[in-house]
Amino acid sequence: MTARDPRNPLKTARGLGSSHSGVGHWWTQRVTAAALVLLGVWFVATVLCLLHADYATAHAAVARPWNALLLIAFVLTMFWHAVLGLQVVVEDYVHTRWKEVVLLVAIKFLAVLGALASVLAVLRIALTP
Amino acid sequence: MADTQRPLSPHLQIYKRQVQMMTSIVHRATGIALAVGSVVVVAGLLHLAAGEDSFDHFRGIIGSPVGMILLFGWSWALFYHLCNGIRHLIQDAGAGYAIPQFVRSSWLSIAGSIVLTVLVWAYVLTAGGAA
Repeated sequence: MTARDPRNPLKTARGLGSSHSGVGHWWTQRVTAAALVLLGVWFVATVLCLLHADYATAHAAVARPWNALLLIAFVLTMFWHAVLGLQVVVEDYVHTRWKEVVLLVAIKFLAVLGALASVLAVLRIALTP
Repeated sequence: MADTQRPLSPHLQIYKRQVQMMTSIVHRATGIALAVGSVVVVAGLLHLAAGEDSFDHFRGIIGSPVGMILLFGWSWALFYHLCNGIRHLIQDAGAGYAIPQFVRSSWLSIAGSIVLTVLVWAYVLTAGGAA
């Protein structure tokens, strides 16, 4: 904002607040939560259906297009939601700045690795004849 | 943060124990537990992708007594986080903030999670044998 900007500084602060990132984190956490209500119930039902499935049955089930799609959606949403949730916990309870940052970055690294590994596994299952 | 000279707000031990306090703390705890449990989901998918021997090995581990106990805990954590998460979404929409409603919905989350866990494990155990 330049000195000649006629707007009140409050104008630029409003909607962002003291965190400087607005409600993005809060809202994304809620959207992923809503998605996980549906995807989570679907996931539990799918696992229960495959309770005593042997390798071939389980493989065929995951390879089905809708199952593969929803499984990838579930895993991505789950890790996204987990990162947002763990971030709040770390920010609330870890008061040494460098430990906080290291933990936050480590959580993101692990979550991305987990998400990518899951997606690759589902794709490998779905695309192998 | 720790070197502040200002008075701090009263912390947990000052308050009387209330159910809505427990549901809040347990929501966080189950969230952390479920984040750890995501390892099992990733492991399951990787073992299934790696072939039959690998998958049977995975089934053996999660079907073992320790595996079943852990799965039982994670299933309850999932259902609790699900029930209480729905409660939080309703509250985020602005509903259910009167204190009696708040307490009642807390108990509903707890009851719902127990009912769902019992139902699922009744199904698992009657469907026969180890997973």
